[in-house]
Amino acid sequence: MRSTVFLVALSCCGIALASCNKTTSPAGDTIPIGEYASLTGNTATFGQSVHSGAVLAIDEINTSGGVIGKKINLITEDDQSKTEDAAAAVHKLIDRDQVIALLGEVASGRSKAGGPIAQSAHVPMISPASTNEDVTKIGDYIFRICFVDSYQGQSMARFALNSLGKKRAALLEDMKQDYSVGLAKSFRETFAKSGGQIVSEQSYASGDKDFHAQLTSIRSFNPDVIFVPGYYNEVGLIVRQARELGLTCPILGGDGWDSPELTKGNESAFNDTYFSNHFATEDPDPVVQEFVKKYKAKNDGKTPDAMAALGYDAARILADAITRAGTTEHQKLRDAIAATKDFPGVTGMITIDKDRNAQKPLTILRIVDGKFHFAQRIGANGEALTPFNPNGKNSMAPASTAPTSAAPATPAPASTPAGK
Amino acid sequence: MRSNYVLLIALAIVLVVSQGVGSLNHYYLQILMYIGFNIILATSLNLINGFTGQFSLGHAGFMGIGAYSAAIISTYLTTHGFGADGAMGSVVLMVSLIVAGFVAALAGLAVGYPSLRLKGDYLAIVTLGFNEIIRVIIQNVDFKIDGVDYVGGARGFTVPKLTTFAWTFSIVVVVVWVIENLINSTYGRGFLAVRDDEVAAEAMGVNTTKFKVRAFVIGAFFAGIGGGLFGHFIQYINPDSFTFLKSIEIVVMVILGGMGSTPGVIIAAIVLTILPEALREIDQYRMIVYSLLLIILMIMRPQGLFGTESMKRRAKRRAENKPATAASA
Amino acid sequence: MSQILQQLVNGISLGAIYALIALGYTMIYGVLRFINFAHGDVFMVGAFMGYYASTWVSKIAPIGTVPAAILVFLISMTICAVLGATIEFLAYRPLRSRPKLTVLITAIGVSLFLEYLGQLPAVFGPDPRGFPAIISSKPIIQSTLLTLNVVQVVVIGVSLMLMFVLRIVVMRTKIGTAMRAVSFNQQAASLMGINISMIITFTFAVGSALAAAGGILYASQYPSIDPLMGIMPGLKAFVAAVLGGIGNIPGAALGGFIIGIVETFVAGTFLSTYRDAIVFAILILILIFKPSGLLGQKEIEKV
Repeated sequence: MRSTVFLVALSCCGIALASCNKTTSPAGDTIPIGEYASLTGNTATFGQSVHSGAVLAIDEINTSGGVIGKKINLITEDDQSKTEDAAAAVHKLIDRDQVIALLGEVASGRSKAGGPIAQSAHVPMISPASTNEDVTKIGDYIFRICFVDSYQGQSMARFALNSLGKKRAALLEDMKQDYSVGLAKSFRETFAKSGGQIVSEQSYASGDKDFHAQLTSIRSFNPDVIFVPGYYNEVGLIVRQARELGLTCPILGGDGWDSPELTKGNESAFNDTYFSNHFATEDPDPVVQEFVKKYKAKNDGKTPDAMAALGYDAARILADAITRAGTTEHQKLRDAIAATKDFPGVTGMITIDKDRNAQKPLTILRIVDGKFHFAQRIGANGEALTPFNPNGKNSMAPASTAPTSAAPATPAPASTPAGK
Repeated sequence: MRSNYVLLIALAIVLVVSQGVGSLNHYYLQILMYIGFNIILATSLNLINGFTGQFSLGHAGFMGIGAYSAAIISTYLTTHGFGADGAMGSVVLMVSLIVAGFVAALAGLAVGYPSLRLKGDYLAIVTLGFNEIIRVIIQNVDFKIDGVDYVGGARGFTVPKLTTFAWTFSIVVVVVWVIENLINSTYGRGFLAVRDDEVAAEAMGVNTTKFKVRAFVIGAFFAGIGGGLFGHFIQYINPDSFTFLKSIEIVVMVILGGMGSTPGVIIAAIVLTILPEALREIDQYRMIVYSLLLIILMIMRPQGLFGTESMKRRAKRRAENKPATAASA
Repeated sequence: MSQILQQLVNGISLGAIYALIALGYTMIYGVLRFINFAHGDVFMVGAFMGYYASTWVSKIAPIGTVPAAILVFLISMTICAVLGATIEFLAYRPLRSRPKLTVLITAIGVSLFLEYLGQLPAVFGPDPRGFPAIISSKPIIQSTLLTLNVVQVVVIGVSLMLMFVLRIVVMRTKIGTAMRAVSFNQQAASLMGINISMIITFTFAVGSALAAAGGILYASQYPSIDPLMGIMPGLKAFVAAVLGGIGNIPGAALGGFIIGIVETFVAGTFLSTYRDAIVFAILILILIFKPSGLLGQKEIEKV
């Protein structure tokens, strides 16, 4: 028995040593960039999407000669969707791999755990998809390229009131996701302040599959619109179950809805549903089409989702900043990222503002027979950039040429087609 | 008396070492700190599961209560005139940790009572239930004092950084010392008696009720302190860090280390903290390798990885391992 | 309140699935006296096998017909029965004479292994997938008072049928008698010439097949499957098994229905955010007043 213990101990040491020996390539010929993402665990689906987008961008940059004469070396760490593991991963990337900048995390909670570490080491960090307001308040080295929760919630509340003309809203939020709670909070405030009424508030927890109970309760309050700011895994089931229970009113959501998997199998249930998003795959803008084509070629024909697009943009904005800075020195790189202006990203024209958040338009999509159609574009200050398009058919305005004049939202006719 | 010297020497070593860790790579320092938290959690759970023979699956709940109570106190103090650096920071941390320990101990008392009537798997599921109840409650609490967010529900709670190497490892030393001394004292034999044979213990005049509840209270107290240290190190806590999966992680440390062996449990806590980090290079495959190693280790060393029990206890364990035929349905 | 009837139906169809998973927990506990933590993950594998089987079956019989559904169930249940028996053989058998807590750790190891293996893009991948409609979801009744669809009826019907078959197997057949003997007293059973290993393998196979059936039914009712889908239903089913009195088959069924109904009713009220907490609080209260579960027999301690 002694010998087995010895063997086990030895093999553990062996593993530890083997991983210690594997040092990263010398900093001379490549630029190390760190990425921490949830490749496994309960948000693995988002982590893997962002990761595949970032990898696509880095490969593309490296094939075309890299930045400032060097190739980028993307070092990715999985954090198992755990807060404490995210902190360890960031430490590892900064202190052992000596990365010059970080990409990550999708979830705001994990960005809040990794952010302070990056800030105190003065390593710039760009979060592709953490939408919670507090993330970029950590410090001047923390950036994001997506819009924030409150902006999405407010936009959807105004959209429900002004464009759809609805007054009685029900809320169904995911208590386990700060993202969902944040969206629900801003929707609730804006909707109530602007003359609407929240008639029912229900919640669920990520991973739930049965929503009949909450929906049955919502049904008894007779709302004319339902806001479900969740992630697509649950939303697919929620919308299907809502329609089964006879709830025919429009259902609204946020960017967490975006996935080709959302409507699979129940396309008809999703008629008369809308969600805010970062981009649309059918956007004729060449930047978007080029991305969709390349992504599909690299990922066995899989359609990219918003997370992949954000991962792609985050990596490209970082590379662009390195080129503009002409150096990988932390301070100068930070300043270059902060100076990003009108970057033609897949997810729209991106400008980093003084709070290190992204100023970019938001697109509201309408789902018709399982296809996402353009419905309205809302500017960074909540103004409607395009009139509401209630038919939601083949009228996708290119993102980069959106009219900047703040055209007032045309109130939709009260006879917005009711779903089946 | 001799053990007091051991304590003092160990504390002195921690203080000396802490002067040097500043130059250490932050990544390794981070792993060291995680090892410290895990030792506190595993040795305190060992008192409940290993020494007293109760089966708790809710240790992360106590840890969570501690983390949140400590964070509430420290956030209040630091936003009301107390500094977060130097000596002031230490005072704030100490006050927060003491409160965290007591609040968690109260929860331990609440969980300890059902343990008087329940055994084995029934107790396991009840403690797991408490763990989930605590998590759900934290998820629903969100309030503001003077414009500062407290608890924050699912959004999580941002906490000032107060935990230092010296604090963590001084507490590790104290926890290990307290538990070892407790178990080896005349009084502490009561815990072992409850585990080995409850009926016989009762017959010998041991108040088994008291010992069971005490094990939960003391274990929860230290888990609360461990949680407080964890929160003030990672600077951001959310309910997802304290689910029953975290409890299971701690239980694995206790069983892998050899139930009821403090050195074994400490070594298991170290190994199980380093292992996932060492396996980082293989990315998505690391948890697969980790779980396979767990299975193989248990098959090869069913009595625990480094189970080095003393002769006295080994005799007791042999008696305990008699075929499970007595339990009739 | 028109809600009550609807919520009751929702609760029963959810509870039926919990009951089916709880049966596996309880059978394995009855024979081996340990909690098979990997049971929820076998349930997940069952759903995925149903997913793959249905693409294969669709070449023979159109999806949505009864023969196709039966074929999908049989394939997935067989694969999971083999998987369950294999897990027992590789991970649990070497530890049979060891303390049950040791086996618990290997069970946790097996559970993590199945979850993380499933998350590899080359295996199942982390993205949730839509489950094919092998059972129609057309409504049978649709009114403001009650909406009831085919899936819900099939879920309840199939679950009750499987529970009934299991009851017959355990109470009326030779192998069932042997199972009960092993659960009653392993040593005495082996002295009577019962092949203990064979009985344990059989129990694992049957329990895992039931979990697979539960997985397909669950996936049909909530058509989104992912590698972590087994954790929560597994936990709730475990709670159900303990609530009914672990080791007791009718108890597990009763516990499953109670948990399903309570969960649904709480979720429909303003307390919905506290749903899981309330489920556990009820469990704790029941166990404090009836420590061996609702239908469990009180264990007599021999001194």
